[in-house]
Amino acid sequence: MSEGPALLLEDVRKSFGENEVLKGIDLTVEPHEVVCLIGASGSGKSTLLRCVNLVEPIDAGRVVVEGEEITAAGVDANRIRRRIGIVYQAYNLFPHMTVLRNITLAPREALRQDRAQAEENARRLLDRFGLLDRENEYPDRLSGGQQQRVAIVRALAMRPHLMLLDEVTSALDPELVAEVLSVIKELAREGMTMLIATHEMGFARDLADRVCFLEAGRILEQGPPNKIFTSPENPRTRQFLGRIIEAGRL
Amino acid sequence: MAEGGPGAPGPSADAGRGSRALGNRGVLVSSASTVLFFAVIALIVALSPGSEVVAERFFNPKNLWQSLVGSTGNPSVLGAFLLNVKIFLVAEVLILVLALVIAVVRGIPGPVFFPFRLLAIVYTDLFRGVPLILVLYMIGFGVPGLGLPVVSYLPDVIYGVISLVLVYSAYVAEVYRAGIESVHESQNAAARSLGLTRWQSLRFVVLPQAIRRVIPPLLNDFIGLQKDTALVSVLGSVEAARAAQIYSASEFNYASYVVAALLFVLITIPLARFTDRLIARDKRRREAGALA
Repeated sequence: MSEGPALLLEDVRKSFGENEVLKGIDLTVEPHEVVCLIGASGSGKSTLLRCVNLVEPIDAGRVVVEGEEITAAGVDANRIRRRIGIVYQAYNLFPHMTVLRNITLAPREALRQDRAQAEENARRLLDRFGLLDRENEYPDRLSGGQQQRVAIVRALAMRPHLMLLDEVTSALDPELVAEVLSVIKELAREGMTMLIATHEMGFARDLADRVCFLEAGRILEQGPPNKIFTSPENPRTRQFLGRIIEAGRL
Repeated sequence: MAEGGPGAPGPSADAGRGSRALGNRGVLVSSASTVLFFAVIALIVALSPGSEVVAERFFNPKNLWQSLVGSTGNPSVLGAFLLNVKIFLVAEVLILVLALVIAVVRGIPGPVFFPFRLLAIVYTDLFRGVPLILVLYMIGFGVPGLGLPVVSYLPDVIYGVISLVLVYSAYVAEVYRAGIESVHESQNAAARSLGLTRWQSLRFVVLPQAIRRVIPPLLNDFIGLQKDTALVSVLGSVEAARAAQIYSASEFNYASYVVAALLFVLITIPLARFTDRLIARDKRRREAGALA
């Protein structure tokens, strides 16, 4: 693409009070690339994702989405945000709205789609992910796996160019993880550009074009999954993966 | 539930009988204690030295009826009570709107909006602190005293409504604010991530959830408002309390006060029961949500 990388982060820094969570992150995601962020809890993976669309304001650095700098003064961040879909660990569906309304709210209000068009689009997506019979349910009537799939559909309804997934299976019962992962695999097959924070190492190894290992707010090592998972260079990465293998998660 | 074998219906049916039996006994005990309680009160009133005078001055059926429907020279308490209802309805709508504006303004972030936030804070502090009756005097006598065109020549009852709105909006704004803050920040983050503006997020995601949660405390404030409409009488409006006063002054009988009190209670009870039902429903929902 002429616009360059789908996402470019330059020296992104973020502190919560005294606690510096991101200590200068440089990262490029090319169009159609799937990049997985791995690392222990508290390493900054989730914060990094939240900083990409500036819902969490950053302290320093640049965020460039498809050639447009979202951090530049006077840029309408809302407009650029619409191109970035984000799915959270806790789903964050709107509990007072039906599934269909959850999905059509942003297309109708932010993209000014008319109701019929937004609902048709939503039903098509729901159908694709096996949720069509749930369109009139409220979120608390759904299983965790269904809620998370609705959250993914809600993000996709905005036709994002980039999807950010923040440990989307961490809150799910083990038997519900597969249904969500298969949705993400399908997105990857279709060429969706994705930046994924995950604890599912097997999933990262199968799906990622590139894996980044984060520790204490820095990317310590990155490369193709084969390389990272079989012969990591950084001793910290080796240590982390060693613990994962010990825990039987890889 | 999972092991719905032959033994399963037995214990649950037993439990049902047990709780029904307990329920019957509960009704008996509570009826007995209620009767006893009021019997004691009645006895104290009946045996007190002035009981005959009190019965005549407060509970004489003729005076009760006369003050309710009105008599020559005396306004009907029931008719005057309609003014309380009107004041209440108009004030309630205005309060709901003004308080929401104040609560929202108080939550707007950013240094540019600091003066507005400050104004909202000063407003709530001021009007929650000053007694309603003083606000009534200041608005009801102060504004006409200014001699401004139109605003200084309104009917007394309008100044009463304005005072009620000013004071109650400060309370209700705080109720709204508590509701807004009870909606988890992740809801706002999800809305903003979808590209909705701050205002859209507030309007479609945060406020609907916040308002649903604060309906019971809002209704509670409105029960208070219903009673406080009586204070508007200090500006000269003939509402129920004032009509009762006029009657008692001309007939030397206080039955009119009893009538006015009963009218207030009659209209408050349905609202109170409705509030209870909403609270119970919310509780059931929360428990159902926790199970899901």
